[in-house]
Amino acid sequence: MTQTAVQGAQAPALNRGRLRAGLQQLLAFASLIVIVIFFSLTSDVFFTYDNLVNNVLVSTVVVGLLAVGTTFVIITGGIDLSIGTGMSLCAVMSGVFIENLGLPLWLGVLGAVLVGGLIGAVNGAAVAFFKFPPFIATLAMMLIAQGLALVISHTSPIYFTKAPGYIDLASGSIIPGIDVPNAVLIFFVTAIIAAILLNKTIVGRYTYAIGSNADATAISGINVRRWTWVVYVIGGLFIGLAGVMISARLASAQPATGQGYELQAIAAVVIGGTSLAGGKGSMVGTVIGSLIIAVLNNGLQLISVPQEWQNVVLGCVILFAVYMDMLRRRER
Amino acid sequence: MNKKKLLGTAAAATALVLALAGCSGSGNSSSSGSSDKKPTVAIIAKGFQFAYWQAVKKGAEQEAKKLGASITFDGPPKETDVDQQITMLQTALAKKPDALGFAALDSKAAAPYMQQAKSDGIPVIAFDSGVDSPVPVTTAATNNKKAAALAAKHMADLIGNKGTVAVVGFDQTSESGKDRIDGFLNWMKKNAPDIKVLTPQFGAGDLTKSADIAKNFLTANPDLAGIYGANEGSAEGVAQGVKEAGMSGKVTVVGFDSGKAQIDAIKDGTMAGAITQNPVGIGEKVVWAALQAIKGKSLPKTIDTGAYWYDKSNLNDPKIQALLYQ
Repeated sequence: MTQTAVQGAQAPALNRGRLRAGLQQLLAFASLIVIVIFFSLTSDVFFTYDNLVNNVLVSTVVVGLLAVGTTFVIITGGIDLSIGTGMSLCAVMSGVFIENLGLPLWLGVLGAVLVGGLIGAVNGAAVAFFKFPPFIATLAMMLIAQGLALVISHTSPIYFTKAPGYIDLASGSIIPGIDVPNAVLIFFVTAIIAAILLNKTIVGRYTYAIGSNADATAISGINVRRWTWVVYVIGGLFIGLAGVMISARLASAQPATGQGYELQAIAAVVIGGTSLAGGKGSMVGTVIGSLIIAVLNNGLQLISVPQEWQNVVLGCVILFAVYMDMLRRRER
Repeated sequence: MNKKKLLGTAAAATALVLALAGCSGSGNSSSSGSSDKKPTVAIIAKGFQFAYWQAVKKGAEQEAKKLGASITFDGPPKETDVDQQITMLQTALAKKPDALGFAALDSKAAAPYMQQAKSDGIPVIAFDSGVDSPVPVTTAATNNKKAAALAAKHMADLIGNKGTVAVVGFDQTSESGKDRIDGFLNWMKKNAPDIKVLTPQFGAGDLTKSADIAKNFLTANPDLAGIYGANEGSAEGVAQGVKEAGMSGKVTVVGFDSGKAQIDAIKDGTMAGAITQNPVGIGEKVVWAALQAIKGKSLPKTIDTGAYWYDKSNLNDPKIQALLYQ
């Protein structure tokens, strides 16, 4: 079996995967539009610039960043449960770098993002080289990160008092005249970068290939282990960025929050049409999935749905999204 | 063969668990365990991250030192982790302490363990949110309904007894979570007929979630007169949300508890004021009551540790300063 033969056999499979992802994306987008129309009709304040930007988009940022990063991991057929508490650890480290050590702002932020990369590197090494199941490796990391965040912060929040510029990273607005918080801009810019990475570069191609069929990918001469590791590191960098954004927004690093964010992020990815089985998915879908969750949380409160029911609705949306995906696959 | 392997794994797992337990024990307990004569009091709180719990812990440690007791202090990472707290309770009881201090996240979930404590002859001192059970000999706590009513009274005064008010709570299952809301709502219903209170929303004490909720309230009700945040995380989240919405000073925020971000919000005018409890006093009373109970002395059914209003005007009053924690 030659290399070209394998690649030739894989190409149509890949295309089909992308086509399916495209359909799911369209469906997710249509769902988002329907939900937006629904809330626009039922609440007279929902469809306002202030609500959509300052409420919905701002609350999308953190879960959205985690979802974007973990999309890479999920497309390889993996999962990352450590993103929520990993984010808290990165937030705490940002506090340590900037507040306790007094490092310059850019260096502290870079350090916090790199701590995220390190978390990803450890996860990736456990999965790719030591062959831990991703669920177990990242479950362990989830606990380790939670514990370390509490240990390092002495179980108290770290407040950013010395670096006013840090808070502006999330809440300020660099585009003069347009009232869009930086956090929102950062989210969309990094999501676009992630989309390019996934669709136009070798990293993205290998991400899909590993998820579709890791054995075939290995036979065709690709170093599956190394690229799997790289994917987890990329996911980790997004954990770091999310840690910076949440602590910048709150002007403090909260060591005990974070748990639960991983499930919201995974939900966003799944709603966006990325399959937990790996091999297919899209960044645009993930962004739409994150927006759907944020719009539901916001809209349901605006129309005074009791909180208990908000989670019920969210759960039903997840079931619906995955069911539609299964239906389409059965048709083939 | 298989059995052997299984046993080996079980042994390894047990060893690991014991090692971890050892770690957490030495990490969290405040006693050295040198003199075995000291009475031991195991304290299970509802959390330990927020400054509030650290202040309770400080009070307990001070009193233990003063009275010559040995204490352990544990709490789940989040105030919604009922399950983890029950596990901690179970573990604490397994170590057979002389007395148990307990603040239930969910009284019903803890009921069987209260019975176990009773049958083991371990006196239980409830604190903070208390435990809805006949077992505890006393409860050292803020009367949360009274404290929330005090918050409502100040809110009503500040907004001139009319307008719409929103409430951001932290959880719907614990006694204190419910009382902090009910006390507020009941007072408003009885004393302020012209104030409309919106359906409360809950943010699990998570700052980000509470901030989002506050912003949504402001969007849905542009004429909102006030927002009440029912604990440290909720109140700080509300202040954050009001700031992000550019409504600082335009909407009256009333908080609960203390902590640096909340004190800062009061200083910069985002928050009008807040109710503080006496967490150090709660910690002290738990240990004091536990030792009384161990000696077999009778205790009152409840020990009210008090609640106080603070704002810009009395923030530096030494009497208030002693109750604030950051």
